[in-house]
Amino acid sequence: MADKLRAQQQLESLQTRYIGTGHADTTKFEWTSNIARDSLSSYIGHPPLLQYMSIGLGQSREKTRVQLLERMIQPVGKPPEPQD
Amino acid sequence: MSDAVQRRSGKKSHTNGQTNGSSKASLTEAFDKTLYDGGGGDKFAGYNLSIAAGDDDDEEAGELNGRSLVGQYTASKSQLNEFAHGDTAEADILMSREQQAQIASRETDYQKRRFERRLSPERADAFTDGDTNGASYKDVMKARELEREEERVRRAIEEKEANGGNEVLDHVPTLKDGVASEVKGDKTPPIERKRKRRWDAEPAAIEEPKAAPEVKKPRSRWGEAPDMEEKDEKMDEPTPAAAPARSRWDTATAPPAGSSAASKGAKTPGPSAPVNYSFGTDISSRNAPLSDEQLDMMLPTEGYKILEPPPGYEPVRKAVGVPQLPAGYNGYMIPESDANSSMLGKQLPTEIPGVGDLQFFKTEDMKYFGKLVDGADENDMTVEELKERKIMRLLLKVKNGTPPMRKTALRQLTDNARQFGPAALFNQILPLLMERTLEDQERHLLVKVIDRVLYKLDDLVRPFVHKILVVIEPLLIDQDYYARVEGREIISNLSKAAGLAHMISTMRPDLDHQDEYVRNTTARAFAVVASALGVPALLPFLRAVCRSKKSWHARHTGVKIVQQIPILMGCAILPHLKGLVECIGENLNDEQPKVRMVTALALAALAEAASPYGIESFDDILNPLWTGARRQRGKSLASFLKAVGYIIPLMDEEYSNYYTGQIMEIVVREFQSPDEEMKKVVLKVVSQCSKTAGVTPVYLKDEVLNEFFKHFWVRRMALDKRNYRQVVETTVDLADKAGVAEIVSRIVVNMKDENEAYRKMTVETVDKIVSTLGAHDIETRLEEQLVDGILVAFQDQTVEDPIVLDGFATVVNALGERTKTYLPQIVKLIQHRLNNKSAAVRQQAADLISRITFVMSKCDEERLLINLSSALYEYLGEEYPEVLGSILGALRAIVTVVGLQQMQPPIKDLLPRLTPILRNRHEKVQENTIDLVGRIADRGADYVNPREWMRICFELLDMLKAHKKGIRRAANNTFGYIAKAIGPQDVLATLLNNLRVQERQSRVCTAVAIGIVAETCAPFTVLPALMNEYRVPELNVQNGVLKALSFMFEYIGEMAKDYVYAITPLLEDALIDRDQVHRQTAASVVKHLALGVVGLDCEDAMVHLLNLLWPNIFETSPHVIDRIIEAIDGIRNAVGTPLVMNYVWAGLFHPARKVRQPYWRVYNDAYVQSADAMIPAYPDFEDKACHRHELDIFI
Repeated sequence: MADKLRAQQQLESLQTRYIGTGHADTTKFEWTSNIARDSLSSYIGHPPLLQYMSIGLGQSREKTRVQLLERMIQPVGKPPEPQD
Repeated sequence: MSDAVQRRSGKKSHTNGQTNGSSKASLTEAFDKTLYDGGGGDKFAGYNLSIAAGDDDDEEAGELNGRSLVGQYTASKSQLNEFAHGDTAEADILMSREQQAQIASRETDYQKRRFERRLSPERADAFTDGDTNGASYKDVMKARELEREEERVRRAIEEKEANGGNEVLDHVPTLKDGVASEVKGDKTPPIERKRKRRWDAEPAAIEEPKAAPEVKKPRSRWGEAPDMEEKDEKMDEPTPAAAPARSRWDTATAPPAGSSAASKGAKTPGPSAPVNYSFGTDISSRNAPLSDEQLDMMLPTEGYKILEPPPGYEPVRKAVGVPQLPAGYNGYMIPESDANSSMLGKQLPTEIPGVGDLQFFKTEDMKYFGKLVDGADENDMTVEELKERKIMRLLLKVKNGTPPMRKTALRQLTDNARQFGPAALFNQILPLLMERTLEDQERHLLVKVIDRVLYKLDDLVRPFVHKILVVIEPLLIDQDYYARVEGREIISNLSKAAGLAHMISTMRPDLDHQDEYVRNTTARAFAVVASALGVPALLPFLRAVCRSKKSWHARHTGVKIVQQIPILMGCAILPHLKGLVECIGENLNDEQPKVRMVTALALAALAEAASPYGIESFDDILNPLWTGARRQRGKSLASFLKAVGYIIPLMDEEYSNYYTGQIMEIVVREFQSPDEEMKKVVLKVVSQCSKTAGVTPVYLKDEVLNEFFKHFWVRRMALDKRNYRQVVETTVDLADKAGVAEIVSRIVVNMKDENEAYRKMTVETVDKIVSTLGAHDIETRLEEQLVDGILVAFQDQTVEDPIVLDGFATVVNALGERTKTYLPQIVKLIQHRLNNKSAAVRQQAADLISRITFVMSKCDEERLLINLSSALYEYLGEEYPEVLGSILGALRAIVTVVGLQQMQPPIKDLLPRLTPILRNRHEKVQENTIDLVGRIADRGADYVNPREWMRICFELLDMLKAHKKGIRRAANNTFGYIAKAIGPQDVLATLLNNLRVQERQSRVCTAVAIGIVAETCAPFTVLPALMNEYRVPELNVQNGVLKALSFMFEYIGEMAKDYVYAITPLLEDALIDRDQVHRQTAASVVKHLALGVVGLDCEDAMVHLLNLLWPNIFETSPHVIDRIIEAIDGIRNAVGTPLVMNYVWAGLFHPARKVRQPYWRVYNDAYVQSADAMIPAYPDFEDKACHRHELDIFI
């Protein structure tokens, strides 16, 4: 019981620090959103990769960067309707 | 059959008192009543159910056929009970032990005044409209006014009585003068009239309870009986003043089961609340008051005495307007014998229905939780009552329960706090906190409950803010640090929940409360509010309070708040410093000396917290402060000087010089003050002034030093510990500025003083001065005096004190090579003292050697050192372990400076003497020997033959069991040195054998030692033997080997890459063992191995190990799973995140939660440590929305 509680608390504190972490009840929507956001921020965070993508898209790096930033809002579409 | 059932159920209901006449046969009872008689009945019927503990049970002891056989031989009851009651009563040991644990027992009289406070009625919440039941701000202010007035009148009466005796008083003059005129004419004539009336009525209307204190001959025997009517729901636990007889009344009128404050709390407060008189078996509410006639009727006239109310007693409840007796009231009913107060002491339940087994249950708990055992049927209770009982149960669990019970109960209380509502909760919690017999643990738990509940209730708490404050404020002046912190925590949460406006309106009336205790605690609470809600928010209010025209009490409290704020917040006040100083600046010239004093103290606190910044904020008050200091005397001068002392260090050079000059005259004048407090302040000011840049050495020498030494360097100062410390500190500070020689030359003669404490004080001062400033400006004459003095002080100790030893060592070390001339004398002294009869003297001498060896070698006195070491060698047979430890320490110090080569006696003689000493169990001895032996093994192992080293190895194994970590570590290191010196084979064999021992700690340490040996002698010398040892079919050995491997790989790091493939089969075997400890240890080997070979091309082996490791993630034992996860982390680092993530994807969304959970744990760990490395590894989603299109870009 106490162990469970402690594990729960640890998980909570972990979750507040790292949004991307999950737990047994994480839904596909949450997970894929996190993946998408992490990926986008990673692209932005690695300038060579950003450059590469900009060249591929034929636009300036800044423009790609803004595009990627904007895509972070609901990256995988709307959240699913609550089922009950 | 039905007959049998009938009979049984009838019997059951008869014996157990159960009323549900079920027709079903019980599964737990024997059906056949003729064979198993009494299965359902009371098998204790006919027995006495409790052990006789009271006096009256003795009587029936010898009763036989109505004739007593033994009674006539016993002593009379009065003789028997002679020492049971009254003044001669013997103290119950257990009772006194119990009382020691109570908070009240260690409180000072001042702190005990918290019991004089009462829970105030609920306050109205100004922020919710409509809800107006509860005292408004206006009401409270009026009540305070009244209290002050009462206090004034009471004091006036006391004074009168003290002066003029008991004759009928002539009140007219008192009413007119003084305070009455202070209240301005326009200030409401009605109040005046009211006061007059009460005052006038006093001598005549004796039956009025107000006059009780001075009733000389009460008309009625029963001054005033406890009374039902409670104007405000003040608590009716026995007040401190209540004599035993009175508490008897309380328990008699109020049945023990009931009358908890909660039931009263539920009632709406207000004058003459309608009372529900329900007479029956369950008397849960307070009874009607007993009239005097009734009391006379019920109680015998003899054996009872009507106690005079103690002086100053004021009845809590007003007797005016005794409520009408209800219809059908037929006098007092004698309570059931088992329900009266006598049961409290005798049968305390350990198990309360619906609560379970408690850790303890105290007599006092019955008062609050008695309801739970009254056996009332829960079915006919209202929701409110049920709720009350529920809370009661939870609180009891929290307070008296076992830790797991406590935890769940606390959680329930927190979660349901809003459903229960603040009234129900606080009406139970707060009276509990006011209980006199409360213990630390209970208080802590209850405070914790409040804290949690507060958080949930949020603004619902408003009406109860004052009540909570009454209970929590005393925590702020508790002597226990943690209690103070707890109190602050609660008050700051409270203020955040209730909001600033409500806090101010709640606490404002207490600011000029007539009781100093209340004002003090309120000031502290206000400071906490300020730190919680920000100083700027409170500043306007503080400004208004500090300038209050109405009462100096309010001003005093306001300044006190300002004083407490910096104490609480430290340098965080800097941004608001100017505001705070301005707030209180004018009070420096207040007409009340007390206000002036506290203002100076507040300025001191502000300056102390602000140091070294913020002098510009103090600009305005410098002048009043300095001029004020000239005008003050006594205590208030002390506080002014204190403020001056704290402000001077903030100033720049020029200013501090000027202002010090201005004040020093007064300070020097006060040197001769006999007042302890003043002495303390003056000393502090001197040291503060001397630290500032503006004060020059010349000035100090001319103006201060002579007077200072004349008044403070006297024997008397050494006797009081506090003065002693202060004087030493100040002298050291003065030396900082005036120079070592100046100060030391003034005090050096005191080292030869006849008073030992004074000598010690001198030595300590010299020690501190010399150790910080060195001995460079001590010239030859002074140097001689100094060494001479310290030798005398050292020799003449009656109690061996580390202070003198330290002083000696410091002086010798500071003088350095200049000591050379004195060394023969010192060594002679030491040798002489090493021979002393007293163990403490010998020990101190040995300690001194270890402190001065460095200087001796610097003075080229090897010869003397050798002399000492041979002398010490002779004393190795010492029997006192403390002394032996010091001797070994001295030897070690000599070996360190002399070197093993030159050491006399030679190492080959010394070490064999040490081997048996290794067996000594004393920690100090062990530590010093192992250090010495380790040093020899490290530097000069070849002076001794290998056989001796092996012997030492065996002795060292025992050291691995030592309690002190330092010893175990030293022993392990020594193993490494020895293995290096004589080769690992023999040492390793010894260590491997030691893996078979039972003791876990010893095995662990052996494993560590093997790891160290492997590190010092290269792994290949050790690994074959280790792996061979793993084949021994014994669990402990195999585990030990694995543990040793784990340490080894931790120590050797990258070197591990050469051994990966060699060790893999062994790990393979260990990872598929049935024993989980095996797998756990193997996992930690894998972790260290993997972390060692990161980036060294061992991925294939690592993946292999990962395959074996992976199924273990379903382990649940915390240690095992932690090691497994760590090992996976290690491998992830070695082989890269994507590879390991391939294992993880499979289980993240597995249908079984048991699978998902550990997989997510691995996922989270990977995410936290290397989220970026996971980006390329995420699975490719078919779904258009989730697909990562950017990755499709290809040039």
